[in-house]
Amino acid sequence: MIMMLEIRDLTVEVEGKEIIKDLTLNIERGEVHILFGPNGCGKTTLLLTILGLPNYEVKEGRIIFKGIDITDLPTNERVKLGMGISFQHPPEIRGVKLADMVNIAWGRREGKIDEEVIELAKRLNISVDFLSRDVNLGFSGGEVKRSEILQLVAQSPDFIMFDEPDSGVDIDNIELIGEIMSELLDRGKMPSRRKKAGLIITHSGFIMRYIKADRAHVMLDGQIACSGMPDEITESIMAEGFERCVELCKRSEREHTER
Amino acid sequence: MARGKPGDEIIERAKRARSKRAALGEDIELENYVSAGSVAEHDALNSLSEFPDEYRHDLLEAGIEPGEDNRSGSFIQRDCSVVFSAVKYPGLELMSTTDALRRHDWLVDYMWKAVPVDMDKYTAEVELDQTHGYFIRSEAGQKVTVPVQSCLFITTDRVGQKVHNIVIAEEDSELHIINGCAVTHGVSSALHLGVTEFYVKRGAKITFTMIHNWNPGVEVRPRSAVMIEDEGTFISNYILMTPVKSLQMYPSAYCVGRNARATFQTVIYAHGDANIDSGARAVLRGEGSRSEVISRVIATDNARVIARSNVIGEGANAKGHIECRGLMLSDSAEIESIPELRATRRDLDLSHEAAVGRIAEDEIYYLMSRGLSEEEAISVIVRGFLNVDITGLPEALARETKRMFDMSLEKVM
Repeated sequence: MIMMLEIRDLTVEVEGKEIIKDLTLNIERGEVHILFGPNGCGKTTLLLTILGLPNYEVKEGRIIFKGIDITDLPTNERVKLGMGISFQHPPEIRGVKLADMVNIAWGRREGKIDEEVIELAKRLNISVDFLSRDVNLGFSGGEVKRSEILQLVAQSPDFIMFDEPDSGVDIDNIELIGEIMSELLDRGKMPSRRKKAGLIITHSGFIMRYIKADRAHVMLDGQIACSGMPDEITESIMAEGFERCVELCKRSEREHTER
Repeated sequence: MARGKPGDEIIERAKRARSKRAALGEDIELENYVSAGSVAEHDALNSLSEFPDEYRHDLLEAGIEPGEDNRSGSFIQRDCSVVFSAVKYPGLELMSTTDALRRHDWLVDYMWKAVPVDMDKYTAEVELDQTHGYFIRSEAGQKVTVPVQSCLFITTDRVGQKVHNIVIAEEDSELHIINGCAVTHGVSSALHLGVTEFYVKRGAKITFTMIHNWNPGVEVRPRSAVMIEDEGTFISNYILMTPVKSLQMYPSAYCVGRNARATFQTVIYAHGDANIDSGARAVLRGEGSRSEVISRVIATDNARVIARSNVIGEGANAKGHIECRGLMLSDSAEIESIPELRATRRDLDLSHEAAVGRIAEDEIYYLMSRGLSEEEAISVIVRGFLNVDITGLPEALARETKRMFDMSLEKVM
């Protein structure tokens, strides 16, 4: 097994406040992990730290991506190594069209909306008109998600992080998004042939109906409090809530070690 | 009154305004500059290809096609001499204003009708010491969709170029103009005074795309006004991306006719120690007349920019909108955005939005997360900021304007 992402004993501060504490997480090539957790537990912070945004200050620990220590690399260098993200709340950029973003993600200098871009967009139910709009300006929740995923399809990264791809998306589109995500993450291939990996934040777990994950984690107070099979974790959270799920998780771990 | 010559009254008014300071902009000592009599005359050219090679690049950067490809006519004035003027399309007239006044008795009726001769010392100076300028006219019913190019070019130190331009689109005609004003390298000080009076007759359309390519030694005072009759359309696109010592202009469009329309789109990238006071005004007098004033201003280094816009609603159901955005790239630069609306009746719809800001960090990171370096990301954002969707131009001209815009931006980024 080849490791895609190794996070070792990571502590992260944002504006002087410790958000992630001593977190360790490994994602192998071919795997998709789900990250659960209540609001403010540090899920998004973890993603943006992996991406290397400057406000996310690594105080301790290392991040290893494809065997390379990327802890001190700028975001674009990480992206060049094959990392991608679908943001939950991407900013609006006036005068920069969605088609421009697609071309940029594709690594093309061309600024045009050509046939290839149009073909790609069609798969996500995105029209040429929509491609010509300023990115994220006046987009609905669902449009933002589809726009983000379109950019990822163009970029085709080896490791993809999704920050709540299922929030604000209507039922018709969630299936479509799930389908494209599965494809981006090689889910349609035999496990041994899967080359991509993913880390998906979901609040509702809704997206899991459409994409099969290998492992799920529950984050609490900046730490991974509990990990397990996606089905079990989801069930437990849905039935008992985050805190209780983690409690049960800890208890079973204790019993395991005591035995 | 003698036809073909300005009346005594005009000259009198000009004389009285000779030392009248302009309402806006710092005062310029006109005595510092020399004009016609004291500047070497340049020989006329048989074709634009004869234009000295050393200036070829300057022309290109001002949007002028030295090969005259895709142009319906070309006019080049170098310092105080008209060196080239030729028309390739029927239905179009193009020549120096001096020649036009000799040819057309009636032209004098268009002089100083849109711009008052005694507006300030600069208009007065243009009347009293005029050095040509261009006359462009499309005949009634002629739609000349291929653009005319005109260039006012400065190549001599301390020259004062004082042009009076007249542009007339007769009824139901169409006229597209690319106007480049430029100065060549090595000129350390120069003055450009340009009066331009546009007349858009009933059902006619004029688009005017102006590129200014100055340098830190040039002082510029354009004085323009547009008269728009029933169902007429005027669209101005203005691009300034190079440094300039001082520029002040506040062109006015008078929508006098029913459903007359005026659009001003301005893109300014101010750097160095530039001192720019640029605006656009629309006076909506005709019933159902409309205007749009859009500006994008970037200020960096120590540049100071005042971006003015003014819409005055006087006619029934008139509608005007102002949209000005500024982007600050330096702590020592300054942008002052002054949008003004004046309504004089109930059935009007006047609005404005103005914003001055900086490049948001999350926009930079968003682009970096798609693989761009920080520098590339900033460039994409700046480009996007300045990117005004130009509407109303024929497709080929719109493409070309975009290309000229990209080229100007290439230079500064």
